[in-house]
Amino acid sequence: MNGQIRRALTVAEQVPDPELPMLTLADLGVVRGVEIDADGTVTAILTPTYSGCPAMAEMHAEVARRLHDAGFAHVRTRTQLDPAWSSDWITPQGRRKLADNGIAPPGDAPRRPAGPVPLTLGATRRTVPCPHCGSPNTEELSHFGATACRSLRRCRACLEPFEHVKEI
Amino acid sequence: MSRTSSPDDDHVYLSLAEGHEDGDARWAFGTGFEDPLHGVSAALPPGIDGRALAAQCLALADDALVSAQRLGEWCTRAPELEIELALANIGLDLIGQARLLYSRTGQVDGTGRSEDAYAYFRDAAEFRNVRLAELPNGDFAFSITRLLALSAWRLALFERLAGAPDPVLSAIAAKGVKELAYHRQFAAEWAVRLGDGTDESHRRMQRALYHVAPYVPELFASLDDADHTRDGDGDAVSAIQDDVLAVLRQVTATAGLVLPPLDSPADAAGYGRAGHHTEHLSPLLAELQSVARAHPGAVW
Repeated sequence: MNGQIRRALTVAEQVPDPELPMLTLADLGVVRGVEIDADGTVTAILTPTYSGCPAMAEMHAEVARRLHDAGFAHVRTRTQLDPAWSSDWITPQGRRKLADNGIAPPGDAPRRPAGPVPLTLGATRRTVPCPHCGSPNTEELSHFGATACRSLRRCRACLEPFEHVKEI
Repeated sequence: MSRTSSPDDDHVYLSLAEGHEDGDARWAFGTGFEDPLHGVSAALPPGIDGRALAAQCLALADDALVSAQRLGEWCTRAPELEIELALANIGLDLIGQARLLYSRTGQVDGTGRSEDAYAYFRDAAEFRNVRLAELPNGDFAFSITRLLALSAWRLALFERLAGAPDPVLSAIAAKGVKELAYHRQFAAEWAVRLGDGTDESHRRMQRALYHVAPYVPELFASLDDADHTRDGDGDAVSAIQDDVLAVLRQVTATAGLVLPPLDSPADAAGYGRAGHHTEHLSPLLAELQSVARAHPGAVW
């Protein structure tokens, strides 16, 4: 049984992310685990990145499809909302793949003290090195990009625009 | 939104798998896994009043859906492409929150309705959103000021709801806090840029603040009913109010703007939450619901 769980987990983890196909779901950190019932039903557990992420349905479908293809006859998937996904869950390998593909990986997610979420105005933004030339001299063009998880930036040194996976 | 998923994933999979043997399938239409609470336990923990929880989830979902519709109206009309992206993304986060909250409503109100039933097949008087969310977009200054007030309020509220006794609402709120912090940041930065910008942008921001201010007490009045984490917890209500006022004072002071008085008029209590709306909600819903009502039962 443990061998089957490991095999099913590997299948689920190797599914590519629909929006960032250079990443597997394991790289993205959204696969929470796999369970196998006494009757052999496999359940893969996924956590959404953003509440409105339109890729979640396809992730569930693709995980189920690949588990079927791998020979598991009865497959389910389950959403796990708690704890909420954090960009800190993107693996070191996932971060390398993002950078190799011209997307700046996220820094550490904000650590919030107890009490209300503070609002900082006009504060210096975090440094995001350019994934093309490595210069730390980059600026944010838009905090919201082509998908919920990315922002748009530009390098002031090589002038190339690039995307950045946001810290959350 | 979506049709509800089949109770048996196996059948969903089998119908989808046909014709997608290349290992890299993409589906243009429904994947069959579109229930946002897919697989989440629907159980109601002992001691929780399902009707009260449903009313709470429905109101918070309505706030998000109506806000998202207004934000979406900025597409192709925003001052810059980047702003359009931002407003659409904020709307998308809110639709995600609305979908989860409608689904939870259907689980606990005893009707078993899907998210679509709540979004598309209720009339204005059945919506429970606060009126500030439904007002027309106005100019960019008004939309930014409204977004600032609504996101600051929803963030403060969700921070408390992350400790709610219902595990599903608690998880939705904890997730939403991260998103709402970005929404508030976006609105606050634009409020400062416009308020501290040209004479014209300053004038419009100040005008927007006077326009939004009369609707802010309703946000706090709504908390007295069901929105806070524990019934009768006046401390939580006043703490949320303090957080919102602190943010509005911080932003207006930085932007060189005057924060109008936010005295609570007696008749502000529960207007939107009681189903009493402005004349602007019905036309908004007519557009939002037109396709679903023209093709009842259609799936996509």
